[in-house]
Amino acid sequence: MSFVADPVTFIIDWLQRVLGGWGLSSGWVQFILFALGAILLTVGPMLLTVGLIWVERKLGGRFQDRLGPNRVGPWGVFQTIADMLKIFTKEYITPIGADKVLYNLAPILAVGAVLGVWAVIPLSSTIFGTNINVGVLYIMAVGAIGELGVILAGLGSNNKYALLGGFRAVAQLISYEVPMVLALLVPVMLSGSMGLNDIAGAQKVAYVFLVPAAALVFFIAAIAENGRAPFDLMEADSEIVAGFNIEYSGLKFGMFYVADFLHAFTSALVFSTIFLGGWQGPGAEQYPILGFIYLMIKTVIVYVFLLGVRFTLPRFRIDQMMAVNWKLLTPLAMAAILVTAIVDKLTPGGFGLVRIVALLVSNVGLLLITNWLVGAYVRAHRARRQVVSGPRTVVVAPPKPVSEAQEVNA
Amino acid sequence: MLHEWFYLVIFLSIAFLLPAAAILIAGLLSPRKTGKIKTSTYECGIETVGSSKIQFKAQYYLFGLIFLIFDVETVLLFPFAVAYQKILLFGVIEAVLFVLILAAGLAYAWRKGALDWH
Repeated sequence: MSFVADPVTFIIDWLQRVLGGWGLSSGWVQFILFALGAILLTVGPMLLTVGLIWVERKLGGRFQDRLGPNRVGPWGVFQTIADMLKIFTKEYITPIGADKVLYNLAPILAVGAVLGVWAVIPLSSTIFGTNINVGVLYIMAVGAIGELGVILAGLGSNNKYALLGGFRAVAQLISYEVPMVLALLVPVMLSGSMGLNDIAGAQKVAYVFLVPAAALVFFIAAIAENGRAPFDLMEADSEIVAGFNIEYSGLKFGMFYVADFLHAFTSALVFSTIFLGGWQGPGAEQYPILGFIYLMIKTVIVYVFLLGVRFTLPRFRIDQMMAVNWKLLTPLAMAAILVTAIVDKLTPGGFGLVRIVALLVSNVGLLLITNWLVGAYVRAHRARRQVVSGPRTVVVAPPKPVSEAQEVNA
Repeated sequence: MLHEWFYLVIFLSIAFLLPAAAILIAGLLSPRKTGKIKTSTYECGIETVGSSKIQFKAQYYLFGLIFLIFDVETVLLFPFAVAYQKILLFGVIEAVLFVLILAAGLAYAWRKGALDWH
């Protein structure tokens, strides 16, 4: 393997030789390599966030016909760095009566949980933290720690607004885990493994073309898990001021901010790994560095789409949000599992044309039926609400009688 | 196998230490001037009445309960999903029955009105 084709394996081999040459035992060499890899994979995303925040604010401005940040540096690229310097020197204000442990633990959990996901994501066929055989379950488990951070922030702040935000987080984040896990069952079924590298490697055809129903459910649930518009109920500024993070200041608030922006990118990364084929692409097997580029291109496309959703849709009401989850996404995910399981077993294996077409047609059919059912449901509700019937009669004002003054003048 | 989990232990400890260290460093850099009014609970300028540990809607609890049941039952489906490529149609039908029982539970909760937000 040359350096250009696969730099990571090349560097690992080189480091192993160098460290082995120093007379370290193989266990210690392994430990040092693990620690180096872990530091790279945690510090990297943290630094990436600096760029992400600028991209998101700038693109958000464009989506909403604004300019976005444009003062600090060309196109405002140094805006985030200026914000960072400011937030680093801001005072921490801990409210009276706050539960110190929960209050301080919450922002750490929020960021750590998002970073933890990066340990199992294959950035390329050879570049990944680790390929554990329960990667999908690991992602869900670590994601749940992030939800715990939000809930603890609401509980520990000794503030009613924060507590309301925490309640909403319980209702929303926890509920949307159900369709998310159900949707994740489908790619696991098709690839026969829970390891993310195996799932990415099994996609000769991206799963979004095989099982669009599960991909759609996962995408919507991922937006909701992010806790941003249109699902930003737990920090709805117009209703509960800032929700769970109202009492945070300085870098403790900054950590929630980082977690929010990084979570969006991480969701896009997970989506493109599981449903868009991850690092797969022409020549990705021979040149793992190409796989990394393919994955990033896919992720950025999904990410921009996510931003488009965020900056254009209005917020759901809480009853609508719960109804979308329990009455639409959960049954749809279950139906997607059933349809995929039966159709896939009846068609021959591999990536033959028959199997692809059968899966695609059955999934699109499922989505069309769902669309029709939702339409019928909405129409039934609208019909019940309508009370006044018949076209409104237009009352024409009678012509004004000619006033006396005018008569006199005439 | 084991060293993969060892890697996760190292990774997660660094992932949680990193934000903790950043918060600690920022705490050393930032000024410290507390006051009674400054640290009072923020409620848009209005003085707080009573404790902040208020009663909450029972609905939140209800949804938590439904979530618990569904999440556990979903996790039970993962072994089936991993073995799916190897099992025969008979096994698939069994899994279909399991999902249908799950769906029946959802339909029951729906019919009882547990999924409506009041």
